[in-house]
Amino acid sequence: MMGAAILTNLPALLVVVPLLLAPFSAVLPIAGLAWVLALVGTGISFLAALMLQSVTENGVRISYHLGNWEPPWGIEFVVDSASSLTLVVMSGLGFLATLAARRLVAIEIADKDSGKFYAAWLLVVGGLFGLVMTADAFNLFVFLEISALASVILIGMGAGTDRRALVAGYHYLVIGAVGATFYVIGVGFIYAITGTLNMGDMASRLPDAAGGAALYVGFGFMVAGMLVKAAIFPVHIWLPAAYGYAPSAVSTMLAAIATKAALYVLARIFFTIFAGTPEIVDIALSNIIVPLAVGGIFVGTIMAIYEADIKKMFAHSSVAQIGYIALGLALATPAGISAGFIHIGNHALIKGGIFMAIGGFVAALGARASLETITGIGRRMPITATAFLICGLSLAGLPLTAGFISKLYLVRAILETDSYVILALVLISSALSVVYLWKVMEVMWMQPAPARSPKLVENPAIYLPLWMVALGNIWFGIDAGWIVGAARLAATALLGGGA
Amino acid sequence: MMSLHTAMLVGLLAPLVVAILTPFLAVRHVWRDAAGPIGGVITFIAAVHVALAVLDGETPRLFVAQIAEGLALEFAVTPLGAIFGLVASGLWILAALYSVGYMRGNHEKHQTRFAAFYAVAVHAAMAVAWSGNLLVLFVFYEILTFSTYPLVTHKESALARNAGRLYMSILVGTSVVLLLPAVVWVWLSTGTLDFRPGGYLAGQIDPAMAPILLALFAFGVGKAALMPIHRWLPAAMVAPTPVSALLHAVAVVKAGVFTILTVVVYVFGIDFLAETGAADWLVWLSAFTILASSMVAITKDDIKARLAYSTISQLSYIVLGAAIASSIAVQGATLHIVMHAAGKITLFFCAGAIYVQAHLTKISELDGQGREMPWVFAAFFIGALSIIGIPPLGGSWSKFMLMVGAVDSGYLVILGVLGLSSLLNVYYLLEPVSRGFFRPKVKTVEVTSHPLVVIPPVLTAILSLLLFFYVDFFAALAKLMVIS
Repeated sequence: MMGAAILTNLPALLVVVPLLLAPFSAVLPIAGLAWVLALVGTGISFLAALMLQSVTENGVRISYHLGNWEPPWGIEFVVDSASSLTLVVMSGLGFLATLAARRLVAIEIADKDSGKFYAAWLLVVGGLFGLVMTADAFNLFVFLEISALASVILIGMGAGTDRRALVAGYHYLVIGAVGATFYVIGVGFIYAITGTLNMGDMASRLPDAAGGAALYVGFGFMVAGMLVKAAIFPVHIWLPAAYGYAPSAVSTMLAAIATKAALYVLARIFFTIFAGTPEIVDIALSNIIVPLAVGGIFVGTIMAIYEADIKKMFAHSSVAQIGYIALGLALATPAGISAGFIHIGNHALIKGGIFMAIGGFVAALGARASLETITGIGRRMPITATAFLICGLSLAGLPLTAGFISKLYLVRAILETDSYVILALVLISSALSVVYLWKVMEVMWMQPAPARSPKLVENPAIYLPLWMVALGNIWFGIDAGWIVGAARLAATALLGGGA
Repeated sequence: MMSLHTAMLVGLLAPLVVAILTPFLAVRHVWRDAAGPIGGVITFIAAVHVALAVLDGETPRLFVAQIAEGLALEFAVTPLGAIFGLVASGLWILAALYSVGYMRGNHEKHQTRFAAFYAVAVHAAMAVAWSGNLLVLFVFYEILTFSTYPLVTHKESALARNAGRLYMSILVGTSVVLLLPAVVWVWLSTGTLDFRPGGYLAGQIDPAMAPILLALFAFGVGKAALMPIHRWLPAAMVAPTPVSALLHAVAVVKAGVFTILTVVVYVFGIDFLAETGAADWLVWLSAFTILASSMVAITKDDIKARLAYSTISQLSYIVLGAAIASSIAVQGATLHIVMHAAGKITLFFCAGAIYVQAHLTKISELDGQGREMPWVFAAFFIGALSIIGIPPLGGSWSKFMLMVGAVDSGYLVILGVLGLSSLLNVYYLLEPVSRGFFRPKVKTVEVTSHPLVVIPPVLTAILSLLLFFYVDFFAALAKLMVIS
């Protein structure tokens, strides 16, 4: 009985467990216990996501009515192949990031704040899961705000080690709020046309509703708002500072999962809500999103090349990688969307690992990681640095790493659409990304450590989860069948129309 | 008799096992130092076993994992791969012995680290040789680069580090930026990366694009040291001589030309290249490299620097054979992998032996030293003759076939290039020998005797001689390459 109840309520569980554990965590006086709660919360979510994924694997689409209120009055959660893959990626990396957080947080956050830290952490994670599952356009805004405000708290907590975190958090708050507001204005317009907030109903009513200008405005505001959240160029400006100055654990979690949720929502807007009005979607994708994605790829890569601060360097690199994902999705072909989903998973693995490793460096150095401070760190912290190297190779897209699979399928998808200019640009940017990776690796491995540098201690609490992620990069580079298959199903589910 | 499957596992894993055991065996230096030669013998036996099967027309296979559709992690031995595997493993036995003598005689530091990475490099070379498709080849090509970096920078001096930086930036840079896209291009246009007799690009890609794809391969494979991406090889000479001998005269550079030959024979197909003329430009570029690097070699007084430029020149013989893309030229190029390996490793062994025993590194200092180290200089002489291509030494076969191939395909100018190059070889390779034997001494040095650095070059010199008389085995394998 109990088992069946859990199974049928899995979608709710995924969101409710982290959100409910958050207040308990906030009042817990012991940092370790708060961490355990966070671990349990993300762990349960991960299990739930895996179960949902196995259910949706054969094309099943789960519609869950919160509180048994029928949509469109009640809120509907939808889990199909597309959202379940996103959920597995996010919850899996969220769990691993939480594992690594224990030590990173102990170093960077004051003990008395730990409870609140993990409370905000659980709110972010739970909010992001909700974002992915909800089929209610306004409810999506609520989850957006839950995760965004909690993220601001987490970023601001970086102030303990670097005061610039406060400014970064403030920027994120303001820019993120503008994005969320845009989105909700857009929802308002579409509600005015269709009289519903349920995405599926919106989709079915939009083609017949004489929307006119309101349709365009609503669509434009919704998309623009989510572009901010997904950190698509040129509205990505909040991201480098936010990831750069946030506490290491937070950078890891945000880089691995936060923008993924927003990208997924973008895909939902394009391919679910506005599935019935393909003409505006096509125009927006090919004339706006594709150029912006390519622009982001270049801006992010070039900024990374000129950045000396390691965390910010890889934050810039994230802007470029988000561009790759957005580009894949914007191709709007089954192959393109699959490529986007493949990279959603693989990039989470890559960046999760990279920021965890940087966290390890920062923890051992007791200073910000810059090209200067990590000089010769390859020999001083071989375990962490080797894992970092593996994730770096994956980012560069070398065979036998997950990153290679991403590049391969993205290139194939671009080629299918005969967009040779885009293909050339992607290849050039991909070659450019080798430049900043080389810079970091060269400093780490090929230069001697400064004379009389103190011995650095590597902590298993950081490097064990880090190595799980690093080996994940290799595992999914050798056995890519799962992610490729799941991404293909996700593309089918998204393009299948309706919700 | 072990099964083929086992033989492949042994050949691939024995060097890796040596690498892993080395740090544990280091408690007794004798154990650690014995591991290399023993591993070499085991690997070589496996390689012979595999090569015999290939000669019987089999394709030994070892499947590891399926990555995605059309992408497998698999080993499969082509006749060319069988040859390269034999060369790498066979010479490893002697190089491992030599390396013990050199490192001990020279009182080098970090000998354990050195021995371990040396074995990893051999493992990577074996895996390159036996790779079943371009993806596997690429992966182990990179592992070969990474594993040799600690060897190049072994001395940990500023000079070694700078050389290491150049080494990595050129080899990794070209492979990631050019070779990897080329591999992906092949996969996208054909859906496979396998090696197939006769190649499979004909009809799959636009003949107008073939020269571009070939250029991505030719310049992406930095290890083939085609000009202008040859600079890493002279830089790598800062490594201890056993590295220069086995890796930068045999395993690493031959992995480069092996890749180019494999791509030409088993991916493009020589008929496709010959019909479209897609490799025409490469004929001239390799001819230019042959001559230009010979010219540079003449100006070098440092023995290892001169040998390095000689290697660049000789590697381009092999690229030239591939680019001419006729049956006979490709066979000549393949044989040249074997012949040049035996000859050049002899020369490097000798250079290292001279350094360990007399601490001489410059050719101008060799005057009269031949009488002090007669075995070393005699071995150098034979190795040099083989590289020049004088019968009865192995190198004469491959050069002869390359010349016939050039004429057959109508490249008469190339015949002149090869002739001129041989003349230059005579000058710059025999100069150290003639100085050693015929000039009065300019420098009196104390020569200490280290048999472990003298015996290997003598053996490889004898090998160069034997290769002339027993070329049939390799020639038969090379012939299998072009029969589809």
